[in-house]
Amino acid sequence: MKVSITVNGKTHDGDVEPRTLLVHYIRETVGLTGTNVGCDTSSCGACTIHMNGEAVKSCTILAVQADGANLTTIEGLAKDGVMHPMQTAFMENHGLQCGYCTPGMVMAAVGLLNENPKPTEEEVRLGLEGNLCRCTGYHNIVKSVLAAAGAK
Amino acid sequence: MAGSVLGNRVLRKEDPKFLTSGGKYIEDLNDEPLFAGALHVTYVRSTVAHAKITKIDLSECKTAPGVVAVFTAQDLGLDEEPSNFNAAAKRAHLAIGKVRWVGELVAAVVTERADQGEDAIERAVIEYETLEPLIDLEQAMNSKTLIYEECGSNIVMGTVEMGMPDNTGDELFKGCEVVVKGRFMNQRVAPCPLEARGSAASWIDGRLHQWISTQHAQGVRGEVAKANKIDAEKIRIITPDVGGGFGAKINGYSEELLLGNISKHLGKPVRWRETRSESMISLGHGRAQLQYVTIGGTKAGRVTAYQLNAIQDSGGWVDLGTVLAPFMTRPMSQGVYDIEKMECRTTSVVTNTTPIVAYRGAGRPEATAAIERAMDLFATEIGKDPAEVRRMNLIPKFMQTYKTKIGHTYDVGDYGAALDKVMAVAKYSEARAEQAARRKRGDKVQLGIGVSVYVEVTGGVDPMQEHAKINILPNGRAVVYTGTSPHGQGHVTSWAMIASSETGIDIEDIDVVWGDTDLVPSGGGTMGSRSLQQGGAAVQKVSIELVDQARKLAAQLLEANENDIVLDKTTGAFYVAGTPSISKSWSDVAKTADVKTGLTHEGTFVASSATFPFGAHIAIVEVDTETGQVKHRRHIACDDAGKVVNPLILDGQIHGGIAQGTAQALLEEFRYDNDGNPLTTNFTEYTFISAVELPSIEVIHMETPTFVNPLGAKGIGESGTIGSTPAVQSAVIDAVMHLGVRHIDMPTTPERVWSAIKAVSA
Repeated sequence: MKVSITVNGKTHDGDVEPRTLLVHYIRETVGLTGTNVGCDTSSCGACTIHMNGEAVKSCTILAVQADGANLTTIEGLAKDGVMHPMQTAFMENHGLQCGYCTPGMVMAAVGLLNENPKPTEEEVRLGLEGNLCRCTGYHNIVKSVLAAAGAK
Repeated sequence: MAGSVLGNRVLRKEDPKFLTSGGKYIEDLNDEPLFAGALHVTYVRSTVAHAKITKIDLSECKTAPGVVAVFTAQDLGLDEEPSNFNAAAKRAHLAIGKVRWVGELVAAVVTERADQGEDAIERAVIEYETLEPLIDLEQAMNSKTLIYEECGSNIVMGTVEMGMPDNTGDELFKGCEVVVKGRFMNQRVAPCPLEARGSAASWIDGRLHQWISTQHAQGVRGEVAKANKIDAEKIRIITPDVGGGFGAKINGYSEELLLGNISKHLGKPVRWRETRSESMISLGHGRAQLQYVTIGGTKAGRVTAYQLNAIQDSGGWVDLGTVLAPFMTRPMSQGVYDIEKMECRTTSVVTNTTPIVAYRGAGRPEATAAIERAMDLFATEIGKDPAEVRRMNLIPKFMQTYKTKIGHTYDVGDYGAALDKVMAVAKYSEARAEQAARRKRGDKVQLGIGVSVYVEVTGGVDPMQEHAKINILPNGRAVVYTGTSPHGQGHVTSWAMIASSETGIDIEDIDVVWGDTDLVPSGGGTMGSRSLQQGGAAVQKVSIELVDQARKLAAQLLEANENDIVLDKTTGAFYVAGTPSISKSWSDVAKTADVKTGLTHEGTFVASSATFPFGAHIAIVEVDTETGQVKHRRHIACDDAGKVVNPLILDGQIHGGIAQGTAQALLEEFRYDNDGNPLTTNFTEYTFISAVELPSIEVIHMETPTFVNPLGAKGIGESGTIGSTPAVQSAVIDAVMHLGVRHIDMPTTPERVWSAIKAVSA
């Protein structure tokens, strides 16, 4: 099927197999590998991106469903070489270790603050429940998100 | 930043890449020319736990779209190979004649695309004659059905069998005023690195190049050599970014070790990736130790005798898990206590389950959980506060070695101070008062307080050494080559800090290389909390020696006596003492050594012994006595890892360990049904801990340097899991103790807590 999908400001037109998941489209067709796959049950959130400004798990969406959509992945978050405040907050607060959950976690966190700019710690924890991390114990991730909220 | 940066909170050099474009994990290597056009391998796995294979029919697989080849053990010429830990146990990388756990590999299917393999394996026909599945440890121990017939028993290793003294039973407790017994199941858990495994293999000019998501490239190279029956020199292992390991990616696995052979047969590069569901049953599991404890002492609270009988589940192969009980749990079984009479017997048993490997803590969390739960039972029996009973029995502070009754010589320890610190921050007395008030009122939600004090062993696996090389390039930049293998631990930053503090070269101008065996042929990898104390110490050692060499070269350039040359460690400038205005840079010195390659020095740091980090944790939980629901409210941790190089990274290691320990205490368990079918094979069934189940963690710093290495550093990678697990478990039990509950096995799920309350109120 023919689709036209804009990823990080660049429009990609082409054919996709109907069963292609959006995450595989992003990784294999567009060639952006920052978005990761961590499970096969839509549980881990490593594949979180923004679709039309909203955080979504790109493994739960077919590429054809994203026809005409505007996507942002981790590669599109920094502007002109300057990191997004959330990326800076993760760096300053050691919100990542192995880095595998990080792209999805950062995209989910940005989505969270878009909906709730001044969350409490409890709200951050609830908001990130769908994004799993095995390294950090979430402590510094939560701290990063709260720091980014304060920095806005 | 340069100069004396050790001990500072330095942000990680590696982070911008991970945060802006993401790491380059194995599945991201889509433009690697060395394995361009690789075919995909998918494995046919056993669907039964224990059976003879009567027929393997892959004819239908061959006709599936995209299939290039199919292989059985016979097709690849595989033989059964003995286990490193019990030579009588033998198996091949693809099953020959028999399968021993659900998920074991039976055949390989090679396709043009990965998704074609998933479809093709559905067409494999494997016929089985099922055997009695042995899932329960004690059932396996006593069964006449043997998983490895040649072993003559399902017991594949034991301390008594190895000639260590047996436990004397109740004899040990003669004269004790109080004796308490317990049976604890330290349950099976899945390590769950967020990146599952993957690998690619390619033969280039007669040499096997293999990319692998591993914690120890140099170790895997030996396994790959054995699997391909070639010399290690003919193999290059390359480690891309690794998305977590937690001990489960130390060793090579059959899925990876077969790739060279398959690639050779086809004359093409091959690659393999696993799904999460595959990973849950074929990446090694952790813990799985059944413990019988007996503790005895005086009514006043002095513990005089302790006995542990540990039965270790090895799973379906005699893998690393087999040796954890005798060589990690047993020597640490005495913990932080001064106990007159100590005994520990361990028995490792094969079962029809996924093999057990070294999961974060690997044998030490089990040792700590056993004695900490025993201390709680003892304290309850004599009606005293568990923190007070611990304090009465702690080994007093020692800054020289302390020899335990059973196996180890600890380096330094100040356990009482760690306990004091956590009790002060927790406001222990106030928490107890609050608990008493809730009990008196008969509140629905009760408060539980759990205390643990621990000591563990790090860097203790032979050979206790690490290699490092430092190369100053003609442009003055430095490249550090290390035998450790970071996968989240921040060695790029910490090793740069160490090299910078000795050379004065800016951290930003120091690169760190690891995990490629052509570039770093010798190394011990990252495991057992060894990296800083051995790998970091090696970087420090070669940096110091390099500076000595550089001073000689600078002396030539400055036409001065070598003894008069000074290195300014904040700027990296060499000058003659007294005249800092005329100086030579690292670039000048490197070019003098060799105008093309610069100045290079390498060496090995050899540690005189393991180190013994220690600490204390307090967990405060709320338990809903009507539903059994647990809420972890506060976690206070004091973990002493000696001198700290980077507190930012130290805290991160502590947090992560505590989350994994808490996960074991509250939520996680890998389960099987009675037939050996795995029940928790994905993240909807396996209750991977999330941000919601954890509180923010209150970390207290304490630094008691070790004399074992010049950095004064001990390991921190595993401490969090070791201290937290018993603290959280004990807190849950403590919350319902007044109702008569004495023990709840982990994970303390709402169902288990509710059932325990019902059992005592019935």
